[in-house]
Amino acid sequence: MSLLAVERLSVAFPGQVAVRDASFAIEAGETLALVGESGCGKSVTAFSVMRLLPPNARVTSGRILFEGTDLLAEPPAGMRRIRGKRISLIQQEPMTSLNPVLSIGAQIVEVLRRHEKLSRRAARARATELLDLVSIPDAHRRVDDYPHNLSGGMRQRVMIAMAVACGPKLLIADEPTTALDVTTQAQVLDLLDDLRHRLGMAVLLITHDLGVVAQWADRIAVMYAGRIVEKASIGPFFAEPLHPYSRGLLGARVDVDTDEHYLANRLSEIPGSVGSAAGEQGCPFAPRCPVAQAACRQAPPPLLELDAVDTGARAVACPVSVAQTGGRHAAAVG
Amino acid sequence: MRMGRRIATTLRRTVIHAGPTVLGIIVLDFLLLQLMPGDAADVIATEAGVATAETMAAIRERFGLDQPVLTQLMNFLGHLAQFDLGYSPRYNMPVLDMIMMRLPGTLLLMVTALSLALAMGVIVGSVMAAWAGRWPDRVLSVVVLLLYSMPGFWVGLMAVVLFSVKLGWLPSDGNMTIGAELTGFGLVADRLSHLVLPALALASFFVAVYARLTRASMLEVQRQDFMRTAHGKGLHPFFIQLRHALRNALIPVTTVAGMHLGNLLGGAVVVETLFGWPGMGRLALEAVLARDFSVLLGVLLLSSFLVILANVTIDLLHAWLDPRIGEAG
Repeated sequence: MSLLAVERLSVAFPGQVAVRDASFAIEAGETLALVGESGCGKSVTAFSVMRLLPPNARVTSGRILFEGTDLLAEPPAGMRRIRGKRISLIQQEPMTSLNPVLSIGAQIVEVLRRHEKLSRRAARARATELLDLVSIPDAHRRVDDYPHNLSGGMRQRVMIAMAVACGPKLLIADEPTTALDVTTQAQVLDLLDDLRHRLGMAVLLITHDLGVVAQWADRIAVMYAGRIVEKASIGPFFAEPLHPYSRGLLGARVDVDTDEHYLANRLSEIPGSVGSAAGEQGCPFAPRCPVAQAACRQAPPPLLELDAVDTGARAVACPVSVAQTGGRHAAAVG
Repeated sequence: MRMGRRIATTLRRTVIHAGPTVLGIIVLDFLLLQLMPGDAADVIATEAGVATAETMAAIRERFGLDQPVLTQLMNFLGHLAQFDLGYSPRYNMPVLDMIMMRLPGTLLLMVTALSLALAMGVIVGSVMAAWAGRWPDRVLSVVVLLLYSMPGFWVGLMAVVLFSVKLGWLPSDGNMTIGAELTGFGLVADRLSHLVLPALALASFFVAVYARLTRASMLEVQRQDFMRTAHGKGLHPFFIQLRHALRNALIPVTTVAGMHLGNLLGGAVVVETLFGWPGMGRLALEAVLARDFSVLLGVLLLSSFLVILANVTIDLLHAWLDPRIGEAG
């Protein structure tokens, strides 16, 4: 049984559907990267798992099984026992995700005392340990600092300390490094990866940075306009992306190993914009797709599970690409 | 202690600002009062019924009213430096004594009214925010709008009609039962029952202001990322509202409350007159009518002290509520 299994999840806001039929699973201890451009529904998917959607969003169908229990059917009190203890969250913007009027120590102590029977003193000692764990220098002095005393990278470390405080099984990291500069990014992701191994957590890493995915994720799920269009292990995905959108994404990367330079050559891009997916009857990517056929515009293509023993679970929502790769992948319609 | 240092910084800064402010207020008040037609001699002479030019001149000379304005100002400042607020020609007693007799009454009324307004406003505003758009919010919005649009003295009058005249629950005049010789609990209860109506009349408008402000800033806070963080910790929603939302939402409310203290003193004149409350507001009114400038200057000076003191309190409260304030000092 997977640690987390999201089955055919759909989430709607008034007047628009943010996530359609998304299914994916995370095994204990692994990092799944959920990748896509802004507004494709990755954050909404993540917030659905914790049932922290904005008040005007509704889960219209699907199940979210965490250790076998359906989180969508869990009563609020049960959900509160899971949040922060079994599943925790790191948000994108460390500048605003910590409460400005409470010291960082108090904010860590809060989650510890909510879920564990600890005295004030013991919780404070544990908070200091946690700050030490996330490599905040001088942790015993820093514990009384307020968020505005810390840099962005430090704040994100505090968020991580808070998130791992009760030893969660699943950590949802919603673009944890987008707001940080590149060197800090690598440090924070290294820290996350290190903690994942030490604490045995699974990580749902939401990002739009394929470089981050290549370095820190085990598996990837690519989202486009609210749908998951491709799922794969990292190695095979980067070796041979199947969905035309994935190929476009990888093609748009600047690669230091090739001679191409943006001053000399025009960078490759995906034509059109994601807005073209609105109102599309068939495959949402069809208006921008170089290999689209008439059939693509009729009905959204199902996610085809590919039978590839050596590459792990792989699925792609593009029958055209599957047909093109031909013999190497025997498609089993799922 | 971090908190101690922050508060010390805030205090130091406020004291540095307060000195010049007070001096400016005194000089401005003094010059403004000189613009008013008539002086104490005129009023005393009018009340006496007969006055010759000689007696008028004698009165003026006795109280130094015949000297040039600048000399009068310098005299006043000189006396002030020795904590001497001057002498009231009309009441024949030192101004400081008169004010000190009235000050506790006004302080009691102001502090009670402001605390009431803050407590009720914050509670009502939080309830409105928690049920935003649903019926508790709608009903309270109407009530708040009524409070906002009705003048305090009218609310006071209606309260007197209802609670004093019809129901006979509460007294409508003065600050204690005269000649009752009460002690202990009875004394406190008597004072409190006299305090209720004036305090409510004075607070009503401000309850509305703080309720609207609290509602708006509570709703604003709900959208912040740290609220999702707090929910993500598995905390109880009530606890989250109290500890994470309200504390952030209170910062703008306290700012406005600090600015309102001056208004509250102004409103106290009307309410004190209405309820026969022996406070500084009424003293100021009587002083204006009697052209008793030394009393009026004393009242104005003390009022400005009160406002500055209140601002210091608010600044300290701010420094406690918001750790970002008072660190860069």
